[in-house]
Amino acid sequence: MSWIEIVSIFSAAMAVSFGAIGPALGEGRAVAAAMDAIARQPEAAGTISRTLFVGLAMIETMAIYCLVIALLVLFANPFVR
Amino acid sequence: MIESPLATKTLLTVGPVPITEPVVVTWGLMAALTLSGWLAARSLALSPSRYQAVLELIVGAIEDQIRSTMRAAPKPYVPMIGTLFLFILTANWSSLVPGIEPPTAHIETDAALGLIVFFAIFSFGVRARGLGGYLKTFAEPSIVMIPLNVVETFTRTFSLIVRLFGNVMSGVFIIGIVLSLAGLLVPIPLMALELLVGAIQAYIFTVLAMVFIGSAVSEGRAEVDKERNGS
Repeated sequence: MSWIEIVSIFSAAMAVSFGAIGPALGEGRAVAAAMDAIARQPEAAGTISRTLFVGLAMIETMAIYCLVIALLVLFANPFVR
Repeated sequence: MIESPLATKTLLTVGPVPITEPVVVTWGLMAALTLSGWLAARSLALSPSRYQAVLELIVGAIEDQIRSTMRAAPKPYVPMIGTLFLFILTANWSSLVPGIEPPTAHIETDAALGLIVFFAIFSFGVRARGLGGYLKTFAEPSIVMIPLNVVETFTRTFSLIVRLFGNVMSGVFIIGIVLSLAGLLVPIPLMALELLVGAIQAYIFTVLAMVFIGSAVSEGRAEVDKERNGS
């Protein structure tokens, strides 16, 4: 196993692990804010949770980008052959 | 070893052209959607049958969504937006059929869908504003913004493509990993989650397409209104 492959595997793990931190914090804040809003105004729960789902999917996209980068590094690495 | 999610399986070759699995699934979905649409439109009645009522509900929901997102009459956008939504939804949910991998889990299908949105933004913008008028919106609010606006048109299409690809592909990938590690029946909750993710991603893709088209159209309309009020 050449050093490029070792570095690739390591950097794929780094990309996913560090890329998960930001979206996790963001999703936590979003859910906390939505819970707060629903507790204050339970009759708006439908609209809030629908918007929350869309917002969460948007935030999660950041983590998905990191996953795509990790998979590119692992499976379609331009420097391996 | 799990095979690469970026590779596609070639099913058959017609002459020099290799036909891959996502292409076959895509054509199957297109045939199914067209057939159900044709069956519904064949016998339209004023007092709808049960089947027609369901489809009217779907079309009505899409029209409402367009009206509230784009703040415009939904008529010119329903065919494209509705088809995009229904196709992505059925494509994401096609993983329920055993042995079928959703075509949206391969980046080629998503790239095609993203390019459709890219050219739709351009053509709706040009239709609403004229070619010169649409190109002039790139210089909004000032001429310094031109490079940024040009880059933005490409990056937002790219993020649209990668978002759909990443979400659907990661779902398929995770189910494959869990299946190979834990065995039969264990990934069923993950598949249920994948249904939710598929529906949300189809919704987000179409809502973002609507927002982009709406901004290309209404930036033009705001300009026209301004000119009309000025003169």
